[in-house]
Amino acid sequence: MILVVASYAKGHLSKSTYELVAAARQLGSEGALTLLILGSEVDDVAAEATHISDQVLVADYPAFAKYSAETWSEAVATIASQGNASVVLIAASRAGREYSPRVAVRLEAPLLEDVVSLTTDGTATTAQRYSFLARATETIKAQAPVVVVTVKPGAFPPVTPAETSSEEYEVDLAITPSRVATSDQRSEESSRVSLTDADVVVAGGRGLGSAEAFEALVLPLAEALGAAVGATRAVVDAGWRPYAEQVGQTGKTVQPKVYLAVGISGATQHLSGMNKSRTVIAINKDSEAPIFEVADYGVVGDVAKILPALIEAVRG
Amino acid sequence: MKILTIVRQVPDAESSLRVSDETHTVSSSQLVMDTMDEYGVEQALRLREAGTDIEVIALAVGPDKNVDVLRSSLALGADRAVHVKTDLALDPIALSKVIAKLATAEGIDLIFCGGRQADWDSEALGGAIAERLHWPQLTWTTELNFTDGKLSGRHDIDDGSQAFTLSLPAVVTTQQGLNEPRFPTLPNIMKAKKKELRVDSLEQYGVSPMVQLVKVELQARARQRNMLSEEDPAAIAAKLVDVLRNEAKVLA
Ligand SMILES: Cc1cc2nc3c(=O)[nH]c(=O)nc-3n(C[C@H](O)[C@H](O)[C@H](O)COP(=O)(O)OP(=O)(O)OC[C@H]3O[C@@H](n4cnc5c(N)ncnc54)[C@H](O)[C@@H]3O)c2cc1C
Ligand SMILES: Nc1ncnc2c1ncn2[C@@H]1O[C@H](COP(=O)(O)O)[C@@H](O)[C@H]1O
Repeated sequence: MILVVASYAKGHLSKSTYELVAAARQLGSEGALTLLILGSEVDDVAAEATHISDQVLVADYPAFAKYSAETWSEAVATIASQGNASVVLIAASRAGREYSPRVAVRLEAPLLEDVVSLTTDGTATTAQRYSFLARATETIKAQAPVVVVTVKPGAFPPVTPAETSSEEYEVDLAITPSRVATSDQRSEESSRVSLTDADVVVAGGRGLGSAEAFEALVLPLAEALGAAVGATRAVVDAGWRPYAEQVGQTGKTVQPKVYLAVGISGATQHLSGMNKSRTVIAINKDSEAPIFEVADYGVVGDVAKILPALIEAVRG
Repeated sequence: MKILTIVRQVPDAESSLRVSDETHTVSSSQLVMDTMDEYGVEQALRLREAGTDIEVIALAVGPDKNVDVLRSSLALGADRAVHVKTDLALDPIALSKVIAKLATAEGIDLIFCGGRQADWDSEALGGAIAERLHWPQLTWTTELNFTDGKLSGRHDIDDGSQAFTLSLPAVVTTQQGLNEPRFPTLPNIMKAKKKELRVDSLEQYGVSPMVQLVKVELQARARQRNMLSEEDPAAIAAKLVDVLRNEAKVLA
């Protein structure tokens, strides 16, 4: 079987789950496409999952109310071995990338990590992924009885759910509690528009000068464009914006239709989170700023002058 | 207590890259210690300096040149270093086997490892080591304290952050924000020359790659690099709106 581990939030499957199923379908007839739901009180999610899979496995336990790398990897590896899975697919969210290597080690399986393409010739699984701070694209191959794959969000077009529904099965698991105790979770919901799903991202850097200027210039432009707000590490470290908005090596990876970088120098660590965007527009007062090298449109100018004019022009 | 800190040698982020079509290796004239690993070395030294009886061991697995990052670790303050020499490209899952074997042999209590390697763009090494050792792991750590044999602090998760506590042994992955790494001083660089740097061969560990690298291409996404030279902000704004509306089609 092909085992797909579902991601979900607030009672709904995440977009990344639909993308995982699309990636799994590309592998052809390697066996039943099985969606695994780990959680507590996940009836709605499981019902939704029956429309995009050949079967749904539900492990509904209070212990799964909260994600942990240890419990998730134990459960996924156990179910993968019991079902003789040939491929295990997991979304390359931060959590997915945290627990997937543990699954691979438990199964003594190769890990194809954060892939953007996936094919099989029946014996070997081949994938493409980005490396060297997203400056290179590598093609990797693994041949083993079972392969663990994490799939980059946004890399595959999500599948459309079918009218018909597949069967749901409850699975019995012995759960070893996690040894990491967590508390005081701070979720930083940023703008209304999700950064990773947005068509347009307006990202600001230290060139804005202050938290106040960021709010006065970047937020209204994002609002007018229906765009998500992004930020550099420098801006997050300065406390101007929440970490959830950070783009780059230690933040989020985005691939919007348009990435508007304002007051951002273009350090490699930042570029690695946005250099796959379709069109990049950069505004920076320094004509030598590296961001211009990855820009389709560059404006050498002061954000304090350009942005008010742009906001007005966008509002029409 | 013994801390193992993994150090990897990667191209400097701002340096240019070259690809060898025969070996599929990416190289650069400027190789440095992965910044992510600098935070691990620094954190290990801070724990030792906080008064606990700690030995800090730096480990690199890779080609001859890796000796540079081990020398740097010793100059920063690590007590000794181990170099497992190989020219093979080991993927994180295979590499974790080498590290786990060494950690077991050395009786390690705590392992630091970078949260995301700047060459592989991988986040898998920490978790893979932890699972091999049957230890818990903590990823993307931004704050770390050690009191009464317990680790506590904060780390980043998908959409925010969390406080944590856990007991040793453990694997902790590091990232920017955890600390400000120090620079080596001249006397310490001199002292480092006398510290132990053991060389093992990969054969001693019986590990081979699990993932094969078939091809590497440098990103050649052609950007238009149009520079808008209008002086008037309103004229620039009008041009950008035209791009957004008619070319990118993200504006009605
Ligand atoms: C391990 C590691 C991980 C990292 N991860 C990330 C990451 O995930 N994301 C990230 O962003 N960074 C990351 N960084 C940091 C990165 O190296 C840069 O320091 C950071 O991206 C710089 O942010 P910035 O462009 O806002 O600031 P700066 O580099 O200070 O650039 C500000 C820019 O604004 C321009 N400017 C100033 N005033 C104006 C004005 N009035 N009008 C127009 N332009 C103006 C300047 O010319 C300059 O180019 C990481 C670093 C390390 C070492
Ligand atoms: N409340 C939850 N219950 C069950 N699983 C979750 C929950 N939150 C996240 N997950 C899982 O954790 C992984 C990452 O999810 P997230 O961090 O929400 O994107 C996915 O595999 C999800 O299925």
